[in-house]
Amino acid sequence: MREKSLLEMRGIYKSFPGVKALQNVDFTLCEGEIHALMGENGAGKSTLIKVLTGVHVKDEGDIFLKGHDKAVQIRSPKDAQKLGISTVYQEITLCPNLSVAENIFIGRGDGHMVNWRSMNKKADELLESLGINVKGSQQLASCSIAVQQMVAIARAVDMDCQVLILDEPTSSLDESEVAKLFVLMRKLKARGVGIIFVTHFLDQVYEVCDKITVLRDGKLVGEYEIENLPRVELVSKMLGKELDDMASIKSDTSDSGVDMNSEPVYEGKGLCSTEGISPFDFNIRRGEINGFTGLLGSGRSECVRTIFGADKVTGGTVKMEGTEVKINKPIDAMKHGIAYLPEDRKRDGIIGDLSVKDNIKLALQVKTGFFKPFSNAKANEFANEYIKLLDIKTASVNTPIKSLSGGNQQKVILARWLLTHPKYLILDEPTRGIDVGTKVDIQKLMLKLASEGMCVTFISSETDEMLRTCSRLLVMRDRKLVGELTGDQLTQKTIMDTIAGGDKNGTE
Amino acid sequence: MKLKKLLAMSISMAMCAAVFAGCGSSGDNGGKSNGGGKSGGDLIKVGIINNDPNESGYRTANDKDLKEAFSKENGYDASFAYSLKNDEQIQAANKFIQDEVDYLLLSAADTAGWDTVLKDAQAAGVKVILFDRTIDADESLYEASIVSDMAKEGQTAVDWLKGQNLSEYKIIHLQGVMGSAAQKGRSQALTDTAAAEGWTIVNEQTAEWNAEKAQQIVQSVIDSGESFNVIYAENDDMAKGAVAALDKANISHGVGKDVVVMGFDCNKWALEELLNQNWNYDGQCNPFQSSYIKDIIDKLEAGETISQKTIIMDEKGFDASTITQEDVDNYGI
Amino acid sequence: MAQNKVAPPKTSFFAGLMRNQIFIPIAALLLLTIFNLIADPSFFKITLAENSNGDPVLNGYLITVIDYGSELAILALGMTLVTAASGGQDISVGAAIAISGSVMLRVLCGSDSRAETMQAPIIVAFLISCVVAMLFGAFNGSLVAFFKIQPMVATLILFTAGRSIAAWINHNELPIVKDVSFSYFGNYFPGVPIPTPFFIAVICFIATWALLKFTTLGLYVQSVGINEKTSRLNGLNPELIKLLTYVFLGLCVAVAGFIKVSRLSTINYSVIAKDIEMDAILAVALGGNALSGGKFNMGSSILGAYVIQYLTTTLYKFKVNADALPAYKAVVVILLVIMSAPVVREKFAQLTKKLRANKEHTQAANAASN
Repeated sequence: MREKSLLEMRGIYKSFPGVKALQNVDFTLCEGEIHALMGENGAGKSTLIKVLTGVHVKDEGDIFLKGHDKAVQIRSPKDAQKLGISTVYQEITLCPNLSVAENIFIGRGDGHMVNWRSMNKKADELLESLGINVKGSQQLASCSIAVQQMVAIARAVDMDCQVLILDEPTSSLDESEVAKLFVLMRKLKARGVGIIFVTHFLDQVYEVCDKITVLRDGKLVGEYEIENLPRVELVSKMLGKELDDMASIKSDTSDSGVDMNSEPVYEGKGLCSTEGISPFDFNIRRGEINGFTGLLGSGRSECVRTIFGADKVTGGTVKMEGTEVKINKPIDAMKHGIAYLPEDRKRDGIIGDLSVKDNIKLALQVKTGFFKPFSNAKANEFANEYIKLLDIKTASVNTPIKSLSGGNQQKVILARWLLTHPKYLILDEPTRGIDVGTKVDIQKLMLKLASEGMCVTFISSETDEMLRTCSRLLVMRDRKLVGELTGDQLTQKTIMDTIAGGDKNGTE
Repeated sequence: MKLKKLLAMSISMAMCAAVFAGCGSSGDNGGKSNGGGKSGGDLIKVGIINNDPNESGYRTANDKDLKEAFSKENGYDASFAYSLKNDEQIQAANKFIQDEVDYLLLSAADTAGWDTVLKDAQAAGVKVILFDRTIDADESLYEASIVSDMAKEGQTAVDWLKGQNLSEYKIIHLQGVMGSAAQKGRSQALTDTAAAEGWTIVNEQTAEWNAEKAQQIVQSVIDSGESFNVIYAENDDMAKGAVAALDKANISHGVGKDVVVMGFDCNKWALEELLNQNWNYDGQCNPFQSSYIKDIIDKLEAGETISQKTIIMDEKGFDASTITQEDVDNYGI
Repeated sequence: MAQNKVAPPKTSFFAGLMRNQIFIPIAALLLLTIFNLIADPSFFKITLAENSNGDPVLNGYLITVIDYGSELAILALGMTLVTAASGGQDISVGAAIAISGSVMLRVLCGSDSRAETMQAPIIVAFLISCVVAMLFGAFNGSLVAFFKIQPMVATLILFTAGRSIAAWINHNELPIVKDVSFSYFGNYFPGVPIPTPFFIAVICFIATWALLKFTTLGLYVQSVGINEKTSRLNGLNPELIKLLTYVFLGLCVAVAGFIKVSRLSTINYSVIAKDIEMDAILAVALGGNALSGGKFNMGSSILGAYVIQYLTTTLYKFKVNADALPAYKAVVVILLVIMSAPVVREKFAQLTKKLRANKEHTQAANAASN
């Protein structure tokens, strides 16, 4: 082992039936280092992490840890835990029905009786030291996803780990929470903990990381010092090709002016739902891309859910192209040409066990009717058309959607809605948790669709994505629509100000 | 969400409760309306604990017979409780003892667990008469026990079969639910005699009183190509299932035909089959116990003592060649 | 994860079959067949003989299997859909058969349980029993769909009360239909050598196939079973679809009940179709369908139902005590559960992979030597 290195993985191989997930991958982590593990979806990041944490057992290769003379054997998550390797996964793996404190300490007892009071107290101390605003006695399910994520990190931190793996920890956090997390990461770094950071957010990588290891197609591309690797180069290494710069997206569409005097495709007045948002007005015109922005929990998702009828609509009037219509259920919205890609892909988007083909045809099939099923040939045609159009990577049209990577799942759901040829497309966080390439693809696609006359509402946690695509932004704060920004107002700063509630320009 | 679930749960519970209350209340009402005759003064008050009348045709006839016999016109104030579960029966018994009935008539679901209740009854001066089924308790705890002798029923049937003097005996033996008193008694008689006489048992199998199962079992023997000439079914339902299988395979049955069909319980429809010469024999399991019970009560009321605690009822066996329409009307249940 | 860029692995026919869920019932079927072939090949003998009406009929164990397996196979159709949509099972089908059968006989016999002639045409009685059974199905379905009660708990109500209701319908009497034409449906039509229940079952299979082929029910049921929230967001009404599956099961119950009462021309409500719910659920499981709902394979369930009857008939043939039948079925369940466990499947897949590799190796060697 090298001097100062904490963890070395050498020549790791791992394959699954039909897939070589990892081929001869090396990885080195030093003490007090935050090390980004980068790669597109399917590059092998998660597999490498799972090998390290004992979820999968490697086929070949050696893992060395500081303080162990010989290569260590990691056969189960328990082994990994004993060796001081802790993980916080992308998907929350805690028990929602237990309390926060129980979640922090569960499965770590050494057979002693549990003293609830002291456990809660210990948990409270820990959470406070990490700046997480939650009580140990609270039930985990009652916390926001962001807090749940933080609790998962707190659990790992408390286990005195040498190696902490953060697998997409920030994908459900808003910026202030991310900032808190980074403070925490730096604190741990100062203590000498090695952190492996897996993320899709390039900004975050450049903000906290010291080194980057890039994987592609299960193979190691290289290990780089952060200062020696400009962003563009990183992206091209991940994709394996030169990427036309993301900044170029907007340029070809900046001239697509929307006629603000035309009749709105969709116009809602005084909309509200059971999810507790204040009644709001909203409209969108042909060819327009607008977006809802705001912090997590500000009600931006609830707004679009109300438009689509996904939550129970309790009031308001809706006009589609001038005629008044009723939208109470998703099927109503679909019949009027509205499509909705939901925020939580796993819970609300995919039908996991069904094939890509069935997932693509579902919405159009429901719209077409119970007695008019598509023939298999027709369904294949649809599926193949969109697999090609959106470049969906799947073994076949009959592959269950759950075995696809996140980005490709998202594309399938997008395909599902595009197949219905909507007049109005709502995309709630379509780019969350997916790789850079797909993100760019989706944004480009939105702009293309808008230029063809579709209207699109877009929600994203990444403000720059919205700035790049939207011509109008509606700002939400505390479940209220607090502002509308257009034209020159569309800058990071004005958005921040509006979200924060400053009474400067932008609000009306 | 939670509230909704709670609501749903409570509604379903209410529904369950309604269903059970529905069952319970019908019994209760029966009790009360009969109990209304309490003011009649000199009526003899009896509490009757029986198995669910829906259990079988036998039980239905039994219940009907008791209801007719212990009517107000006949000088009785009767309350009924039905259950197939021992603990529920014991509860009912306790209630009757509290209600100070004069006689407690009991057809127990289970043989065990009755000692305490019967001692309570004795202490309270309630006289207990067992019918249809015996229990594991000291004889001193009850006045009398009126039962069918299943072994005797079986023996009567087997003796009849022996009397047919068939040139050979190849028997399919369809048993009831294994371990039940009726199965034990009726099987034992056949097994013993078959061994003694050198009869062949082609197949011996439990069809659990169930016609469908009996049909499949006989079908299986037919499919195997083994020959047989007697079907000894321990109740009418199973005999019926067996006959359905025979019909399917064109095997003639009945008087003077290829296969002798024997059943038990004397259901009316079964006796009609006998009358039509489709079956050969049906053994009675007497559900008409009320007359025996009445005899005991009369004797006790007259201050006599009962010398014979266990009373075995007369039970007939009907032969297709001698049965009459009158028999069908009198003994069919 | 990583497999999206890899071409689908080459599949031999056998490996393809292995992955298909219908493999499980087929394997069970083969196993039983091999056992019977070794133990006594006469099991497979089918003879043509005349029945008591002088009509030709086929006899033999295999005929018995397709005859007596019919009710179970029909119930398996409905149970499969119910399982797929609601992720639970209806345990009241036996009691519901008692009800629908009682209704049927009640209509046929009128007030006199010993009526010499039928008081109504069979088709009328059948249709009325269908309506009643579907109503009871709708009752179960609405408890499950609208009140969100666990299917087993919801159907427990009818499971408990059903046979009493059946008794009440005929005033605790056991009606008998004397008209011989009624018995054709559970036995043979004059001149047709194949048992009628099998034809009825085949008609049901075709009808169900058509339902799945010419409507989108299959897709909807699977979607709802796998992810209710997503289904709703795609314009489906999950409650309605669940309810529909229970009503469909009600229809299956009515048909199965019709065959059952026709077999004996009478009904004993306390024992008719006893424990059939467990066999129907087992048929679904044996068909490799997840009892937690989601994807289903109808053909596989049907085959599962016949495998159960095959097993039953085999056991009867070898004079296994009927008391012991459930124990044998339990063994089947255990084998099934083990076979479908991911661990075992993975091991199996590895084994076949190795075998295939060896084969390819030898083939390559042969090719080289040539």
